[in-house]
Amino acid sequence: MVLPQAIINIAYLIASILFIAGLKGLSHPRTAIRGNLMGGLGMLIAILATVAAKKLDLELIILGIVIGSAIGAVLATRIQMTAMPQMVALLNGFGGIASVLVAGAELLKSVLNPETPDPDLQTLVAIAASGFIGGVTFWGSLVAFGKLQGVVVPDRPVRYSGEQIVKVLLLLISIALAVFIVLDPHDTYLYWVLAGVASILGVLLVIAIGGADMPVVIALLNSYSGLAAAATGFVLSNNVLIIAGSLVGASGIILTDIMCRAMNRSLANVLFGGFGEIVVTASGDDVYGGKVKSTSAEELAMLLETAQRVVFVPGYGMAVSQAQHAVRDMFNLLESRGITVEFAIHPVAGRMPGHMNVLLAEADIPYDKLIEMDDINPTMGQVDVAIVLGANDVVNPVARTDPKSPIAGMPIIDVDRAKTVIIIKRSLSPGFAGIPNPLFAADNALMLFGDGKKVIQESVSALKEAS
Amino acid sequence: MDFVSILTIFVLAIYVGWEVITKVPPILHTPLMSGSNAISGITIVGALLSAGGAMVANEHVFLTIPGLEIHLSLAKLLGFSAVIFATINVVGGFMVTHRMLEMFKRKD
Repeated sequence: MVLPQAIINIAYLIASILFIAGLKGLSHPRTAIRGNLMGGLGMLIAILATVAAKKLDLELIILGIVIGSAIGAVLATRIQMTAMPQMVALLNGFGGIASVLVAGAELLKSVLNPETPDPDLQTLVAIAASGFIGGVTFWGSLVAFGKLQGVVVPDRPVRYSGEQIVKVLLLLISIALAVFIVLDPHDTYLYWVLAGVASILGVLLVIAIGGADMPVVIALLNSYSGLAAAATGFVLSNNVLIIAGSLVGASGIILTDIMCRAMNRSLANVLFGGFGEIVVTASGDDVYGGKVKSTSAEELAMLLETAQRVVFVPGYGMAVSQAQHAVRDMFNLLESRGITVEFAIHPVAGRMPGHMNVLLAEADIPYDKLIEMDDINPTMGQVDVAIVLGANDVVNPVARTDPKSPIAGMPIIDVDRAKTVIIIKRSLSPGFAGIPNPLFAADNALMLFGDGKKVIQESVSALKEAS
Repeated sequence: MDFVSILTIFVLAIYVGWEVITKVPPILHTPLMSGSNAISGITIVGALLSAGGAMVANEHVFLTIPGLEIHLSLAKLLGFSAVIFATINVVGGFMVTHRMLEMFKRKD
């Protein structure tokens, strides 16, 4: 069956509308599931329309779809919620490599076909752009995956002298290669050289960035994977690719911007400045010297018994120690005793945008208990007990007080204004920014040293026994 | 299509994307990312055309998959790989997003 092009284009239009309506559904948890299903329906329509548009080699297509669906389904059902940043990193990368391959195939075919003229300027520029953006995205995402998963590449920023010059050189080489491709598309190997250079650039860009800056990197690569799809849309003059790709491109850029604002840093600073090289100014001893008080799980339980309002501030440490289910048990116990419990979520807590929300939702915490930083800060003064669980830089009051600090001006959750602050942490070691946290030595702060999950479980038992 | 009409669609789509996505609340930012991953799997449309399209005059068979009667030119092989990657994005992206959003459902 071969449908006329006008019908195919209308099907693509319907798919595009479904993508937009689907994303609109994500504006509220109530409508989000329906929105996601609409997006899926849009994709199905786009695929069916494509298959119906031309006489295609269906056996090969079905084989590819079966293999891809099997891998995708296994990944989607097996992945742990704590590993979601890795999953998104991988998917970003796969989007990028798909664009590289499609644009490469298109170049080969159009050059080899004696019946068609050589591709025009627009197509060639778009092919070069797909190869470049896709290459950066694929390899950058693989390195991000490695850093998040803790395999092959180190979590810390890898820095060396002259690194920015190397990156600029690679960029210039890429531009030169793109110009050669546009001038003479018949040397198709140049396209693969371009994709290769872009790959090296992708590796170097991400390897220089530390683990805690991954929310920015993943959001940016998310945007690139969309832009790569849009570039491939320019190659094929296909509207649905351009529209869907642009939506994703915009989404990634918005998230990148939100993440950067939440750290009061520019994107350039995250990508090229980095925290890895900042010299620690005040040493831990000066800040903490004899002023740190520590407490126990039993004491925490006693404090909680008399509290009326408790706020948790989760960070990446909660994900590492898989403490979210223990936190849920504590949440249920406290709520059953009439204590108000809320969760204060900093935008960059965790390793990707929204990471903490997903973990807490997984543990059945109702989403209306997850409060954004700006909404909870004005009421922090009325909180009886604030429990900081595996977070550090996002509660460091130095951001408000010391304009010379590397985190100066970063919006923080004002836990120091709570009546009592409990910081659950393994040691006094600094967070990603590499600076001591005077909160730990504050008069109203108590350190509770230990593994997050274990400590919370012990407090829950103590609370139960006391009643 | 001429360049300007394609560019028009591109710019308008980015604008629409901007308007829609700024309204997504932070608690749904992770599902937004995985859901948009799935949408960027739209490259599958291009991949299907590269994998399934007929071979042109000067293309020759580059790889034969034994037992399956499948003969691939280099371009078709690239398209076939792209189908696999893009399908992982589409299926993995939508499914994992669904799994996450199920957790955000209110338990009343």
